Amino acid sequence: MTASATTPNVPRNAVPPTADDVLALERTWRDPPGWIGWLSAINHKAIGKRFIVAAFGFFVAGGILAALMRLQLARPDSKLIGPDLYNQLFTMHGTTMMFLFAVPVMQAVSVYLVPLMLGTRSVAFPRMNAFAFWIFLFGGLVLYGAFILDIGPDAGWFSYVPLAGPDYSPGKRVDFWAQLITFTELSGLLEAVVLVTTVFKLRAPGMTLNRIPLFVWAMLVTAFMVMFAMPSVMLASTVLITDRLVGTHFYNPAEGGDVLLWQHLFWFFGHPEVYFIFIPGLGFISSIVATFSRRPIFGYSAMVLSLIATAFLAFGLWVHHMFATNLPELGKSFFTAASMMIAIPSAVQIFCWIATLWTGKLNFKTPLLFVLAFFFILVLGGMTGLMLASVPLDLQVHDTYFVVAHLHYVLIGGAVFPLFGAIYYWYPKFTGRLMSERLGRWNFWLFFIGFNVAFFPMHLLGLQGMPRRVYTYGSEMGWSGLNALSSLGALVIAISVLLFVINVFASLRRGERAAADPWGGGTLEWSVASPPPACNFEAIPVVHGRDPMWEPQPEPTHVAGLATTSRELLMTTVLDAVPDSRESFPEPTIWPFVGALATTVLFVGSIFTPWAVVWGSVPVAIALTAWFWPRRHENRAHLALEQQP
Amino acid sequence: MIENGSQSTHAAAMARREASAPAARAVGKALDVTELPSFAFSHRSLMWWGTLGLMAIEGMVFALAIISYFYLRTHADRWPMSTPPPALLWGTLNTIVLVASMLPNHLAKRAAERLDRRGVQLWISVCLGAAVLFLVIRAFEFAHLNCRWDTDAYGSIVWLLLGLHTFHLVTDTWDTGVLLTLFFTGPLEGKRYVDVSENALYWYFVVLSWLPIYAVVYLGPRG
Repeated sequence: MTASATTPNVPRNAVPPTADDVLALERTWRDPPGWIGWLSAINHKAIGKRFIVAAFGFFVAGGILAALMRLQLARPDSKLIGPDLYNQLFTMHGTTMMFLFAVPVMQAVSVYLVPLMLGTRSVAFPRMNAFAFWIFLFGGLVLYGAFILDIGPDAGWFSYVPLAGPDYSPGKRVDFWAQLITFTELSGLLEAVVLVTTVFKLRAPGMTLNRIPLFVWAMLVTAFMVMFAMPSVMLASTVLITDRLVGTHFYNPAEGGDVLLWQHLFWFFGHPEVYFIFIPGLGFISSIVATFSRRPIFGYSAMVLSLIATAFLAFGLWVHHMFATNLPELGKSFFTAASMMIAIPSAVQIFCWIATLWTGKLNFKTPLLFVLAFFFILVLGGMTGLMLASVPLDLQVHDTYFVVAHLHYVLIGGAVFPLFGAIYYWYPKFTGRLMSERLGRWNFWLFFIGFNVAFFPMHLLGLQGMPRRVYTYGSEMGWSGLNALSSLGALVIAISVLLFVINVFASLRRGERAAADPWGGGTLEWSVASPPPACNFEAIPVVHGRDPMWEPQPEPTHVAGLATTSRELLMTTVLDAVPDSRESFPEPTIWPFVGALATTVLFVGSIFTPWAVVWGSVPVAIALTAWFWPRRHENRAHLALEQQP
Repeated sequence: MIENGSQSTHAAAMARREASAPAARAVGKALDVTELPSFAFSHRSLMWWGTLGLMAIEGMVFALAIISYFYLRTHADRWPMSTPPPALLWGTLNTIVLVASMLPNHLAKRAAERLDRRGVQLWISVCLGAAVLFLVIRAFEFAHLNCRWDTDAYGSIVWLLLGLHTFHLVTDTWDTGVLLTLFFTGPLEGKRYVDVSENALYWYFVVLSWLPIYAVVYLGPRG
């Protein structure tokens, strides 16, 4: 290796970029053609789009399962679905919505958006990003494959032992559940590392930490939470599967194990999980509220500090899921207090949004409608949350439909409504066309009304004592009317989601063409074409404020001197985003896909024999090594750009 | 830029590097970054942050496993429940080997940071030798735990702790082997030296995370 000075013969971009620069960048950054090229794709926009589509596919599948349950519960003594299938339905529904939709879809949207918002051309570790997507997809497909073969999990989405242990759940059903957790958590953890590194090192020059868009802050905070919470469920499900397959005794009281260990480990993850569904939703809201109020968000620093405070508090709440266990009462009081405390940062954010809306010039489009609905639904869900945080009330309604109502108000209100708003908001960026506003309003109002009709009666059913997870109930219980109403609401939700799907597909072809900035947004993703070119930015922007699109652009405006014929990116310092180095990024390769396939074989094989961990790791090691091994032509290109520190 | 390797010139080189660090230049509308280096070590590199992320995740797994150990211990009348505690010899010997391996690891990191290919080849080879040694000793450790994973909950958690750590030893050994091969065969570029440096960082993590696990596995049942 020689210490090369700056090589003059490598083409580098000018400001403004020349036509040659633009052509070369497009050739350099696009994914390869053909189906092998499709499997080798690593562009964050391609992976992000697939990730979003796959997560919504699982959302629709999980929704169909829910619709089947509501069909069953619509009348008393219904014989439509038996208890065994019903157990699988609610387990699959919960597992799908939590592990295959709510958490991954947020990461998926951010994989697409974060580099565009930060003014860069890729996520950090683009191949690992692709690997994480394939692992997620294969995990979900394995779970649904098992369900179709009648080996779908049936012990509930939180699979409490001893029910989920080897004695009470023989067969392979819970094993598939435990391995699904391994798949999705591996994917989620890798995405968290990708996101943190992207946000810290790849921001455009001048985008100091206190200028990052609030959506990116939300995803950064979420990624940190994922890194400290997901290991818990991964460990818990791994030892669940070893209890089931090789005779360990972690959860077996007869041999010194403890069933509450599962609950602690699960909820140490499970409660923060609510917040890594909810916090990205807050990020969507901050983006949408600013744009549709046509002013910068009120109280940026207070918003950021609230996000961080919420994340910290979220780790001190898990025991409030365990109030019905024999834990010390003093400990429970602590967790009650902590649960109440989380209302403070949440309220700070809500007041900041209200202040923004109050002082802004509102533009009532579909995305804003979904955000306004969030306020209504989340406040209701938050209220029942405060009720459930107090031990005596929790004991009264524990395991009833009251809890089902609460969690759907929080999760659908807190995350799904903002997410739908976000899809309407960024769809023109993803596709270059706007979604139909008329269908959007139908979608919104049916969803809003259907949601409340479906879930509000569940509060009352819970207070009347209807337990969750029963496949039927007798007509003498007096629950028939409210259940029928709830099922009617579910039907309305189903129609609204169908309208959404129709809107998404119809607008792909017939939607109004979108310019770069159809809504007048303030963040950098609106500065590039819709959809963005392969390289995102023909020249990396230099940032001088929080809302670069709404502020004057002093000089310098853009970065010059990055290679156009090789994937070179600018890295900046963590706090102040001062240009620090140029780094060569890897090219597309099929190995992440192959690695994910090999990992799938290992995970699924290990359900049937522990030796799969041994022989299965050989192809994984080969794939990962081939993925890492540098290729000569890439190496030559990198050496041509090399400048030693 | 390739230094001859002694400590003092290294420090001097670092100081020079700091003083003459190339920066981006603003020229009219353009911010010219041509002069910036194409790779950098430590927190300036992506790989450092990626490694740190993995260390946070895996450190959390270790911490949770240790917490589970004590959780189970507080619920037990006797600890170990039905077996003698693990033999001290192999675990202690391995601790010595692991701690000692930090020296060649450190030298490999330093060699990488001076872009010294031969130094990297030498010290990674020594590291790999140490890795093979501690993997062999680890096999004896498992054999002398005096319990099986399916004996009781104590056996399960001890095997889990040792198994988790062994998993890290195996993957780090493989990574190191791949890097060593690459440093003999090429193709090399500056970034690969960063990889060596970050691999060394990860090695530190694997060794240092062993110390609390050693204390728990070997001293926990004796306390």
